[in-house]
Amino acid sequence: MSKLGLDFKKVKYARSLAKKIADDVQSFVDKRSTVSVERTICRLLGIDGIDENEVPLPNIVVDHIKEKGLLEQGAAFLLGNAVIETGLTPQEIAEKISKGDLDLSRVKVYSREKAEEALEPFVDDMIKRIQDNRRKRNEYLEKLGEGPQPYLYVIVATGNIYEDVVQAQAAARQGADIIAVIRTTGQSLLDYVPYGPTTEGFGGTMATQENFRIMRKALDEVGEEVGRYIRLVNYASGLCMPEIAAMGAMERLDVMLNDALYGILFRDINMKRTIIDQYFSRVINGFAGIIINTGEDNYLTTADAYEEAHTVLTSNFINEQLALIAGIPEEQMGLGHAFEMNPDLTNGFLYELAQAQMLREIFPKAPLKYMPPTKYMTGNIFKGHVQDALFNVVSIWTHQGIQLLGMLTEAIHTPFMSDRYLSIENARYIFNNLKDIGDEVEFKKDGIIQKRAQQVLDESIQLLEKMVQDGLFVSLSKGTFANIKRPIDGGKGLDGVFEKGKNYFNPFVKRMLEDERP
Amino acid sequence: MSKGLYSTDKKNFDKTLNLKAIKPYGDTMNDGKTQLSFTLPVPDGEEAVEAAKQLMKKMGFDDPMIVYHKELTKGFTFFIAYGSCTHTVDYTAIHVPKVKSTTWSMEETDEFIKKNIGRKIRVIGATTGTDAHTVGIDAIMNMKGYAGHYGLERYKMFETLNMGSQVPNEEFVAKAIEFQADALLVSQTVTQKNIHIKNLTELVEILEAEGIRDKVILIAGGPRITHELAKELGYDAGFGANTYAEDVASYIAQELYRRIQEKNKNTGGKEE
Repeated sequence: MSKLGLDFKKVKYARSLAKKIADDVQSFVDKRSTVSVERTICRLLGIDGIDENEVPLPNIVVDHIKEKGLLEQGAAFLLGNAVIETGLTPQEIAEKISKGDLDLSRVKVYSREKAEEALEPFVDDMIKRIQDNRRKRNEYLEKLGEGPQPYLYVIVATGNIYEDVVQAQAAARQGADIIAVIRTTGQSLLDYVPYGPTTEGFGGTMATQENFRIMRKALDEVGEEVGRYIRLVNYASGLCMPEIAAMGAMERLDVMLNDALYGILFRDINMKRTIIDQYFSRVINGFAGIIINTGEDNYLTTADAYEEAHTVLTSNFINEQLALIAGIPEEQMGLGHAFEMNPDLTNGFLYELAQAQMLREIFPKAPLKYMPPTKYMTGNIFKGHVQDALFNVVSIWTHQGIQLLGMLTEAIHTPFMSDRYLSIENARYIFNNLKDIGDEVEFKKDGIIQKRAQQVLDESIQLLEKMVQDGLFVSLSKGTFANIKRPIDGGKGLDGVFEKGKNYFNPFVKRMLEDERP
Repeated sequence: MSKGLYSTDKKNFDKTLNLKAIKPYGDTMNDGKTQLSFTLPVPDGEEAVEAAKQLMKKMGFDDPMIVYHKELTKGFTFFIAYGSCTHTVDYTAIHVPKVKSTTWSMEETDEFIKKNIGRKIRVIGATTGTDAHTVGIDAIMNMKGYAGHYGLERYKMFETLNMGSQVPNEEFVAKAIEFQADALLVSQTVTQKNIHIKNLTELVEILEAEGIRDKVILIAGGPRITHELAKELGYDAGFGANTYAEDVASYIAQELYRRIQEKNKNTGGKEE
């Protein structure tokens, strides 16, 4: 039963339009791969480490393949042949390539079936490792339990992973359920993933596999201490999207920012590149039980939250369909939106409430990711704390899933330990005091709130109808989302896209879509 | 805990305003009352409170009061505190460099340019370096602007190009030359470890190396930018918090006009 008087026939129709758009994208993706997808395959086959110039071995292998003009065959096929020929592991093969002792273009070519067979033990190992991580998470959840939704999500961003650990454990003790380690500025544009623990960063900390491991361990420890499983978040969006997803799957991250549209619009990453990368990264996240977060909330930092609310819903519909294709269940779809209306807008709170409730009803199982006010945070920390309080009221009222806690010092600095405390205190106070308000209060028929939600759905359908005609790529080039236009062949990373050759195979996609998910 | 909050002692100070010696105002002139909060890396307890009070005294506060304290996590205690500031400042001796221009409305600026410059002013903008925030540059340049203040794109007499975020300085300068920009706008939001200073300085160096520094109006903007800082780094102007597109547009129009006049004076001729 809709509290908003939404017509679910319309919702169904909107979904069917979004599915058309997503299917169209997928037929493009299926024929292609990228250098980052290939590096991800290398990583999943066990290739790790760096050379003496700190170049990651997955980059060395894929650069080597590219240099030899063999990219269209794919890393898996070539490594499979090399495994047959040398009897070595992919890691040993990568080390030989790095030293110049092995040339993949000179390895005897076997059939695709033989190459697949040769890689099977390595694929099995990785599949098992990820399944074991799922089991481990389940064990923890069973043993320790978890905080109720909305999960309290806070960020740490000191630049130093060891300092991040102190901040993260403090936040967990204060009541945080989810810790996000913000990445250093600019990492999304690196075409490699740095290696090892890092202690320097601007506005955040490098996403490296070692940093993932350090933080995972710290959160497991503090989770035992506070009696709650603490979830770990990182950010995959960018040129290394599937690689970071793979690292997250290996190190048992729980939530991953995983949105091509975000990279296209806000980081000027080429749309073809990142849409292809997104598919494989979502397959990995789906299999690993990692909740994906999408970045629609960001649209409202450049476009107006009242005028452009329907673009958020539209993008949520499309992201949902793209996620389904990649095997992500609804329970792992942290679709994004934000509390970003101008505080001067009369009845702005009612509109925020309407939109949050609308998303809740349209995506009933999704752990919706709700972002706090940022655009209209002014440095007046006292008003900011009230803005955050209103945001918390909407969230508990409409049963949001993941609450990115607003900080009173937003727009001033990355959070102090005390900022986080005040913010968690604010949320816990409101969530407890208003716990069941959503079940108690109904909305006036055809009142401001109901009408607003219906209007946004109608506008979203109109936009989806237009986008079905144009397709996603052309729509983005026209500035459909966030008022930002991106040319189809512009942006960073297009040179890393290639069409799959006849021997090409990715040994993980099918397994990850079909194997058991314990 | 709120002992002293309503106390009336210590009010035997001079209650007349003296601009040569101003101090914070709580509810009585010259009471010096100040609120602050901070965290100390020690466990909560009487020693922690005493440490916070002593620190307040060293900061120059009389009658320090810790009104709230709470251990945030093991070994870190948060304090909310009040005290009476003992320091004063001579307000009459303050001098702050400011952007010397009158802020006009969009229509006034357009009209001024049409009449006095006779062509569109070309402005290029970007968030440079690794900074990914476009909120500042968008607020000044985009059609929509910010909070009802329309951006330069909406002005009839500006030709604009907003390159977005994470633009390398070299690329920015190359594009500025190609675009034949009259004015360059650089936005910086991320300021951790003073990365914005490094980045802004590098831009000036590149412009000087290209020999075009004097040929353009160079402007920095961002929440941590002041006009004084911008001047120090070799910029023509800096626009910080609470400045809008009108401020920037008016400044560019007036500064360009001033430069044209100066040039005409020097060469005795028209703009070439």
